[in-house]
Amino acid sequence: MRRLSAVLLALIAAFALGGVALHRHEPINALWIVTAAVCIYLLGYRFYAAWICSRVLLVDGSRATPAERLSNGRDFVPTPRVIVFGHHFAAIAGPGPLVGPTLAAQFGYLPGTLWILVGAVLGGCVQDMTILLLSTRRDGRSLGQMARDELGPLAGIAALIGTLSILIVLVAVLGLVVVNAMKHSPWATSTVSATIPVAVLVGLYLRLWRPGRVLEGSLLGVALVLLAVLGGGWLDQQSTLRAWFDYAAVPLAAAIMVYAWIAAILPVWLLLAPRDYLSTFLKLGTVLLLAIAIVVNHPTLKMPAVTQFIDGSGPLFGGKLFPFVFITIACGAISGFHALVSSGTTPKLISNEADVRLVGYGSMALESFVAIMAMIAATLLDPGVFFAINSGPGVVGASAELATHTISSWGFPVSAPQMQALAQSMGERTLFARTGGAPSLAVGMASIFGHTFGRGLLALWYHFAIMFEAVFILTTLDAGTRVGRFILQDLLGHVWQPLGRTSWYPSVLFASTLVVAGWGYFLYVGVIDPNGGVNILWPLFGIANQMLAAIALSVATGIIIKSGRVRYALVTAVPLAWLALVTTSAAWQKLTSADVRIGLLAAASDLAAKQAAGILTAAQAAVAPQLIFNQRLDAALTVLFTAILWLVIFDTLRVCVRRLRGLPVRGGCEAPYVPRRLEAALGAPP
Amino acid sequence: MRRLRRQLARTWAALRCASGDDAYERYLAHQRYHHPHAAPLSARAFYAEAQQRKWGGVSRCC
Repeated sequence: MRRLSAVLLALIAAFALGGVALHRHEPINALWIVTAAVCIYLLGYRFYAAWICSRVLLVDGSRATPAERLSNGRDFVPTPRVIVFGHHFAAIAGPGPLVGPTLAAQFGYLPGTLWILVGAVLGGCVQDMTILLLSTRRDGRSLGQMARDELGPLAGIAALIGTLSILIVLVAVLGLVVVNAMKHSPWATSTVSATIPVAVLVGLYLRLWRPGRVLEGSLLGVALVLLAVLGGGWLDQQSTLRAWFDYAAVPLAAAIMVYAWIAAILPVWLLLAPRDYLSTFLKLGTVLLLAIAIVVNHPTLKMPAVTQFIDGSGPLFGGKLFPFVFITIACGAISGFHALVSSGTTPKLISNEADVRLVGYGSMALESFVAIMAMIAATLLDPGVFFAINSGPGVVGASAELATHTISSWGFPVSAPQMQALAQSMGERTLFARTGGAPSLAVGMASIFGHTFGRGLLALWYHFAIMFEAVFILTTLDAGTRVGRFILQDLLGHVWQPLGRTSWYPSVLFASTLVVAGWGYFLYVGVIDPNGGVNILWPLFGIANQMLAAIALSVATGIIIKSGRVRYALVTAVPLAWLALVTTSAAWQKLTSADVRIGLLAAASDLAAKQAAGILTAAQAAVAPQLIFNQRLDAALTVLFTAILWLVIFDTLRVCVRRLRGLPVRGGCEAPYVPRRLEAALGAPP
Repeated sequence: MRRLRRQLARTWAALRCASGDDAYERYLAHQRYHHPHAAPLSARAFYAEAQQRKWGGVSRCC
């Protein structure tokens, strides 16, 4: 029976993939992609994940997990696997899988979709599951600790610095996405601002009035936030009120920096924790809603399978299909950041080692499916509209006529009146040059939701989608700044001991300011960049995220080889080799390409030459020095990321070669085997 | 009818467990079972400690 269902799954997957492949030159229905994706995840889960668990990781259901051995009723709590799955999915799913596929849609729907599927099933899911098991076997140690214990102090420090830099770049690029969604949009700005007092109210409710009643607090908060979306629409009609929330990009960026700085030093219960509850509820609800809407509405994708921009001339970001599609879509295919969640929090909840397949592999497959839905939402738009929303004024021209003319000349017809009508139906003045992916995703989501749940509410759905993405992003911003602060304090503590104390206020203020200044700088430069900023920051984020994934896979490969099962190390070594290839070639092109849309140094020199020749407009000349400096700084960061990547790979190779030659290697820190006594009847006190 | 009610109760319990709504009750059960003579934390103190712990490290992703 099981074999029969597997054969059936494989047949459906082949049929759906064949459908996707054969419809290359005509519009394709989204259901083909959804079907192929679901079948591929199920096959990967049923066969590949099960094989890895039994042969490579030697998952042992009779072995007690740290949740059982160290059970303390607080962080080590044996929890039913479906609930751990929910927790883990909520923790790994962020705005990344929504933004990346939207940007990669400039290549057409096919390249990104294939990479999301293949990357997740063979790479991302494997990484998450492997790190989850390895950390479970090591009492829930973090990735950095495992790198230090298993490979050596060098890899440990590399992992720490890698984590800090990815946080800085991540928060900057996400801040940019929110700013671009809110600039000159009183509706979006007022709604997003309203989420702050709502979160504080929920925080007070959970702290003072009904301690720990998370469900009540969250439902109250979600209801208030939905009211805020309606209220924003009303406010948008009032001429005096709307002026209060109508800002250009630079003041909005400054406001976000001030907000994040305050959020990082406030106690967690007041802002961060309640905001996180809100965003988790909204996230799960919206993802479910989107899945239902896509199936009910089964839209036709209007974007071609592959566009001419695979040659590197894309308007969203420059660079050829290889390697840039693999850098642009990190979350959704393989994301190093997940290794930080898979080690640390989740392993302390796992009640049975066998659960890692559902929790690690399954959660990532679901996250990958979210990325597929984002790809569908981006490619169901008219391609002309998609490019008009996502292209910066530096690429297509600053006026509506110029922009639509440029985009139409690429073979994607769009007109200024069409964009005007669209903006009006979404309750906005303009949708041109809203780079960053969030607004075009919101337009896509609004049109599916509008089709499925009522057409007259497009503007409401659009702003609901914007609010949903912004709440998500602000949560990551708060949490990222805070974690960045902890890591920085940890590093600074080595320089001067008092700076390492996480509760000493001068140190808290100092480290928070440094972290906010770090990402605030990149955010500011991104905002003033006439090409939209995202074209520089997102690839940098992709490189950083893949670097972290490579560190995680190195740790996993090293541990598998040390255990003596050399042949099976290919399971993690192949994705590692692929990431090393992709990341290094992307970094190489960012550094050496003579094309000013790709090469950071070429762009800096080009701008410097133009400035010296005096052919820039006054507005361009005003921001030129900052842009030149920033591009050189980004080049230096790219070098740093690549250096860290290869340092860790060589350290892993060193350990592996020593092990293969029979020389002594670090012992590792796997906890000894203790038989499992916990019965299936979870929920009863352990 | 009774089966429906039991099903609803089970769903509600799972929802509370998933959201962390019942964390304090689970902690009390743990304390009663393993440390019956120690005084447990109050709901407020437990919740404050849980939050501090949860957001003290990487708990959310990109």
